[in-house]
Amino acid sequence: MIKLHGINKSFKVARRTAGIGQAVKALFAREHTIVEALHNISFDISPGEIVGYIGPNGAGKSTTIKVMSGILVPDSGSCRILGYTPWQDRTEYVRNIGVVFGQRTQLWWDVPVIDSFGLLRDIYNIPPVVYRENLALLTESLALGDILQTPVRQLSLGQRMRCEIAASLLHNPKILFLDEPTIGLDASSKIAVRQFIKTINKERGVTVILTTHDMNDIEALADRILMIGKGTLLYDGSLAHLRSRFGSNRIITLDYREHAKPIEIEGTNCLSWSPERAVYSVDIDTVPVASIIAKLSEQIELLDIGIETTPMEELILELYKEHQI
Amino acid sequence: MNAYISVWKLRFLSGLQYRAAALAGLATQLFFGLIFIMVYVAFYQHSTAEPQMTLSQLATYIWLQQIFLSFVMLWFRDNEIFQLITSGNIAYELCRPCGIYSFWYAKLLAQRLSSAILRCLPILLIAFLLPIPYNLSLPPSASSFIPFVLTLLIGLALNVAISMFIYISVFWTMSPVGSTLVIAVTGEFLSGMIIPIPLMSAWLQHFTYVLPFRWTADFPFRVYSGQIPPAEALQGMIIQLLWLAVLIIVGRWCIKRALRQVVVQGG
Repeated sequence: MIKLHGINKSFKVARRTAGIGQAVKALFAREHTIVEALHNISFDISPGEIVGYIGPNGAGKSTTIKVMSGILVPDSGSCRILGYTPWQDRTEYVRNIGVVFGQRTQLWWDVPVIDSFGLLRDIYNIPPVVYRENLALLTESLALGDILQTPVRQLSLGQRMRCEIAASLLHNPKILFLDEPTIGLDASSKIAVRQFIKTINKERGVTVILTTHDMNDIEALADRILMIGKGTLLYDGSLAHLRSRFGSNRIITLDYREHAKPIEIEGTNCLSWSPERAVYSVDIDTVPVASIIAKLSEQIELLDIGIETTPMEELILELYKEHQI
Repeated sequence: MNAYISVWKLRFLSGLQYRAAALAGLATQLFFGLIFIMVYVAFYQHSTAEPQMTLSQLATYIWLQQIFLSFVMLWFRDNEIFQLITSGNIAYELCRPCGIYSFWYAKLLAQRLSSAILRCLPILLIAFLLPIPYNLSLPPSASSFIPFVLTLLIGLALNVAISMFIYISVFWTMSPVGSTLVIAVTGEFLSGMIIPIPLMSAWLQHFTYVLPFRWTADFPFRVYSGQIPPAEALQGMIIQLLWLAVLIIVGRWCIKRALRQVVVQGG
C-alpha cells in the first residue's frame, strides 16, 4: 500500500559563525552546506498497520512524512502510495489521506471550529450524510461538543489539537499521517487521542503512520517501529522484537522489615541498598524471578516487591547509542 | 468548484467582521478624496493649457478610486497567505485536493469584495451629496454604466491576478515587504491612482497603455464618465480579458515552479 524506495532528499542550509566580520563576509560570499535529510530510505507498509516512526530531533521524520503526503519533492527515489506518486498526483492523492502536523494549524484562526470543518467538507466534497456521521463520531470520541462553536484563537493547545485531529479525519482518509499528534497534550487528552487512533484503526482499517517523541504513544499504539537517524533508516521491526533484543533485564525493587546488612544473590546486581529497601538488576534469562524471591524470603520479611521492565525510553536510547546518533 | 465558493464565503463572512477597520477606512478615504480634489481644483484654476479632463470628470474619477479602493489597490494584502508561506503552514494547504492558485484566488477575491461592500455605499452616498465641483456625478448615460460595471469587475479579477504575483514571490524572498512595495508603488502609479492617466504626458500615457495595470482602475473609471465611449469599452474589455488570461497562465506556471522547490522547515 505504501512503498518507498531509495528516497533521497537534501536541503541547502546557509550558515555563518557569529560576529560582524562574518556577517559582512556573508553579504558577498554565502556559505552553504548541504544537509542530507533523507538518505536512501526504503520501506513498505501494508494496509491496517499502525507504524511508529521515531528518531532523535532533526533525524528526518517530518521530512519523510512531508514526502509521503506530497508536500516535498524528493531528490531521487520512488514512492507509491495507493497507486499514486504523492508529489505528482498531488490533488488526486491527497483526497485519500489525512495529515496532522502537531506544530501547525489547519483551522481558520478567526472563525469557530465548525466553520473550518464546513470548509473542509466542501473542499473534500464530503457527502452530507458522511459528514454528519463523522462529525458526530468525532465530536463524541474526542469530546469536542463544547468547543465546536468557539473561535480557534480562544482554544487551548489541547483543545485545538483535538480539533486538528478531527479535521484530518472528516473525509474518511485511508491513511492517516500524524506528526507529533500528542505534543502539548495533558494526560487525559493524550489517552483520549490514543484511544481514538486505535478505534479508527480497528473499526475503519485506517493505516496510521505516527511520529512522536513520547514513547508511551509508541507503546500504546504501534505494532511496528521504524527508526531513523541522520536521514538513514536504522531499524524496522516490531516492538516486541526490540524489547527482546534488550529486554531480558528487569529491575526488582524490594521493601522489607529492617534488616542489618545487604543480601547477596547470585547472578544479580545490587543497584542500591538501605536497611528497608533494595534495588536489584537481574537478567531473567539466567536467574528466574521466582528463585530470587524464594532466596530472599528465606532471609528477610518482604513487604512489597516491584518488578519493572526496562522503560521504553531507555530501550530507544540504547538503540540510538548503538547506531551512534 | 464547491470548495472555491466555500472558501470565498468563509473569507467574505469573516471579512465582514472588521467593522472598525471599515469605519476607519471610510474616514480615510473621504479625507483623501477631498484633499486630492482640492489640489486639482487649485491646479485647474491656474492652468493655462486646456486639460484632457474636465474638473467634474476628474472629481468623479477620484471618487471612484476611493469608493472602489479595495478593488484596485495593490497594497491591499492578505497577511494570512504570507504567514502561510513563511511559517510553513502551507504544508496543510498542500494536503488539500485543490489547486493552490485557484484557492488563493478565491480567497483574495472574497477579501476585496467584503472590504468594498462595507465601505463603498456610504462613500458613494456622501460623494453624491457633496457640492459642485467636489461631487461624484452620474454617468452620462445608462449605456456607459453597464460597461462600467463589467469592466470594473474584470478589472477586479485582473487586479487579483496581478496581486497573486506578490504572494508567489514570497516563496523566494520569504518576506512580503519588498515585493509588495515594488509592485504596489509602480502598479499604482501606472494604473493612474496617483496622477490620473489622462493628465500624464503623452509618452507616459502610451507607456501605461501597454501594461496591464491601467486596465484595473483607469479604464473602468473612464468608461463610467463617458470619456471612453461604450463601443470602445467593448474593445477594451477584450484586451482586459486577454491580460487576465495571460496573467493567470503565467501565475499558475510560477506557482507550480515555486511548489516544486518548497521547503517546509522545522517540525
